[in-house]
Amino acid sequence: MLYGTRLRALAIATAVTLTAGFGLAFFYAPMDADQGFMQKIFYVHVPMAIVTLGGFVFAGIMAIKHLRTREAKYDLRAYVAIHLSLVLGAGVLITGSIWAKASWGHWWVWEEPTLVSYLVVFLLYATYQPLRFSIEDPERQARYASVFAVIAGAFVPLNFLAVRLAETYTHPRVFATSDGGLPAKMQFPFLVCLIGMAALFVTLWKYEMASKHTSSQLRSLRRKLAGDDAVAPQGRSAAPSLGTSS
Amino acid sequence: MTDALPDNTGYVAAAYLVFFALVLIYVIIMAAKLQRFERELSELNDLADERLLADDRDSADDFEAVRR
Repeated sequence: MLYGTRLRALAIATAVTLTAGFGLAFFYAPMDADQGFMQKIFYVHVPMAIVTLGGFVFAGIMAIKHLRTREAKYDLRAYVAIHLSLVLGAGVLITGSIWAKASWGHWWVWEEPTLVSYLVVFLLYATYQPLRFSIEDPERQARYASVFAVIAGAFVPLNFLAVRLAETYTHPRVFATSDGGLPAKMQFPFLVCLIGMAALFVTLWKYEMASKHTSSQLRSLRRKLAGDDAVAPQGRSAAPSLGTSS
Repeated sequence: MTDALPDNTGYVAAAYLVFFALVLIYVIIMAAKLQRFERELSELNDLADERLLADDRDSADDFEAVRR
């Protein structure tokens, strides 16, 4: 499979959707009566959070496929999805902290289940790369990493549940609240931002997958042209090793 | 924005900047990788050319030896 196919079109579509989403958020969506202008953070923070959690779930699904088929490509897909979700997850924590400071006057509120559960999920996945790195045998590494991704994936729905079950209600509600949730003029920009963020995730995922494949193919080409001695031994790595066929 | 609401423009700008900075750093790292691939590919191209030249030279030598 060529992961770089249609990457340019996807990147342009992502840029257009995100720009439109942010434009709508600032110039179309009404000002929130309670939070005022700082509620605009919501249009970048929440879609990013949803997409990262979706990325973790996707990684779990790929990990299940890897355990069933033992094909290295599924392990690589899970690895790249988790890596990307962690990068965006750091963004979620930072933007969330900025919002917390602006809204509640504190950078972090430990009593808030949504924040803490997201942090738990983030820290859990932060151990994924060290786990991989600690196992030298590539096949065992891939197998253990997949088991980890499946089990950790089960924590993700808990995060969504925590938002719903939160009793303190200090974290702003998004949808389906008792007073009706988001008004339509806010919902539309939010959905555009969510689609844009999902497109960004897919674009960057494909970009990184293409890069990993190219790297693997270059290595194989060097081996064919110059022999095994010309290729430096790969050594211990957290990244999945790919066969040239995958 | 109404006068009653506090001005949080700085916080909003900071949140969006964090997002753009993250994406930018990611893309820069990927672009650096792409440059490395291009360099490696050009090295491999040179290597392939050298091998082709060496093969041509060998077959020319064989031809000369047979003719003699």
